[in-house]
Amino acid sequence: MTAAPSAILLDLVERRARRRGGRAGRHITLIAGIAILGIVAAASLAAPLITHYNPDTLDPLRPLAPPFSSGHILGTDEFGRDIFARILYGGRIDLLIAFGATGVTLVAGTAIGLVSGYFGGWVDAVLMRIVDLFFAFPFFVLVIAIVAMLGPSIFNMFVAIWLTSWISYARITRGHTIILKGREYVLAAKALGYRHHRVMLRHILPNVVSFVLIFAMVDAVGNVLLGAALGFLGLGAKPPSPEWGAMISDGQNYILSSWWLSTLPGLAIVVVGVGFSLLGDGLADLLRVGD
Amino acid sequence: MTEPILTVDGLHTFIGTDSGVVRAVDGVSFTLQRGEILGLVGESGSGKSVTCRTLMGLMPSPPAWWAGDVRYAGLPGRNLLDARERELQRLRGAHLSMIFQDPMSALNPVMRVGDQIEEAVAAHERLGPRERRRRALELFDRVGIPAASRRMRSYPHEFSGGMRQRVLIAVAIASRPKVLFADEPTTALDVIIQDQILSLLLELQRDSGMSMVLVSHDLGVIAEMCDRIAVMYAGEIAELADTATLLTKPRHPYTISLLRSLPETEQRTRFLPSIVGTPPQLIDVEPGCRFAPRCPLAERECHEWTTELLTAEGGAHLVRCRRHDDARRSETWPVQSFA
Repeated sequence: MTAAPSAILLDLVERRARRRGGRAGRHITLIAGIAILGIVAAASLAAPLITHYNPDTLDPLRPLAPPFSSGHILGTDEFGRDIFARILYGGRIDLLIAFGATGVTLVAGTAIGLVSGYFGGWVDAVLMRIVDLFFAFPFFVLVIAIVAMLGPSIFNMFVAIWLTSWISYARITRGHTIILKGREYVLAAKALGYRHHRVMLRHILPNVVSFVLIFAMVDAVGNVLLGAALGFLGLGAKPPSPEWGAMISDGQNYILSSWWLSTLPGLAIVVVGVGFSLLGDGLADLLRVGD
Repeated sequence: MTEPILTVDGLHTFIGTDSGVVRAVDGVSFTLQRGEILGLVGESGSGKSVTCRTLMGLMPSPPAWWAGDVRYAGLPGRNLLDARERELQRLRGAHLSMIFQDPMSALNPVMRVGDQIEEAVAAHERLGPRERRRRALELFDRVGIPAASRRMRSYPHEFSGGMRQRVLIAVAIASRPKVLFADEPTTALDVIIQDQILSLLLELQRDSGMSMVLVSHDLGVIAEMCDRIAVMYAGEIAELADTATLLTKPRHPYTISLLRSLPETEQRTRFLPSIVGTPPQLIDVEPGCRFAPRCPLAERECHEWTTELLTAEGGAHLVRCRRHDDARRSETWPVQSFA
């Protein structure tokens, strides 16, 4: 006896659904992103367990040892410091920049954009003129100017990023808030007598947050690169701090003879960048809810 | 006659656009009795929705500005249009509530429907989570959603249009409003579901005794549901009367033409009569009767007449036409208008 067509179809759909239900398939980018960043974060936090070298210990007897030389898997720099150890410890600084700098601007910028877009009127006018003012300056010049004014240090670099990069989040959030404000479900929320903060936080924010989060992942990569760039210019981490940008900068004098000094920390930045990009892509897929 | 729950007098809502000021609502007056269903019927852009949204305080300003005198029984001695945002927040939901036209877009897509109903239930009362949930389930049951406790966990996109409209109705009546504005609640639905939703609304209205303003462009829907009907044209009320009178003894040429353009079941005609022309732009409005350019009975004086609502037959029947006595008799209509 052959199965009825409906039974065949039912079986087919069930099997397909089960296969798709295996989340790994659908969220491969998200999982890969989390895995990469997780490994990098874990490795830099657990650095003392992974390597017995201190990132700042000099070894005058073995400068510029190439990768895979005995005792130093990634070689040493011009002062004989172990590059593997320096990259691991440097990860702490660079990931802190990625999360610390981005997290604060994410929250502050989103809040400002939400208020600005929701209330409109003079609140919006004032906030957006401030945003325009910041946008009018070349971003890097502004950051460099602020760091130079406050004095070069990692904390001041954070301050500079906090002061300058909330504007993008504010713009994105404001734009989407204005669109959502006209949506019927927001009007409906108002028609039910909900307070402003409730309408903003429960009905607008969850519909905006995906756009902001995805941008934040791109921005996090940008902030790592910015941190590296400032380190490179000598405005961020100060020697002997093993920040990746500073390492690249230090290695540039030896780039022709000892390529690994600059290239390996550069690769570390690439890995983190790819991790954040995958995470951003994966989040975008995940947060695309329903219709 | 008892005190009406809502009295609207001379409501104007003007909207500023790049091409000029749109007089979307231009002097609308009506009363709403307790427990009454008033129908607002008219073409798209005749000002029905804007009237409701203005009364709910939902028009964005700018670009919209409004004026008029609106008395609501729950805000004694004050003009509703003067109420502060705080007071409006208190009134909305618990006193005045609204059902929106498109059930596809009037629910928050990223919130479970159960949460949306619980939120509405708790908007005006302090309730514990269990009481909240119990009331939400009760509402779900009330609007006829089966397997309520399971469906509470669904997202709006997992519901059909009719189900979503039921959810919207549940949300709108969650705080037991006294006046419900239903802005084309069935326009986005097919006729079977439309009928179910209308029956549901009627049932809820009868049980709770709330008053309702039902907006529709569908004269059939309005006729079936309403105690009184206001026909709107170009931002004004053209005619207002109780349902039986309006349908059987209309006096405004617009109403008469509208009714005549409905298909007849007994008589097969090849063409349905239609009203020639289009409604006027509401920017730079010409003086005189707004329907005059399309009216088969229009005379020179009609184009100059400062329009007002005239009373006919004992005061309950209002009509904005200086020839309403003639319009009522078919022999005054030109022959070609019966094509």
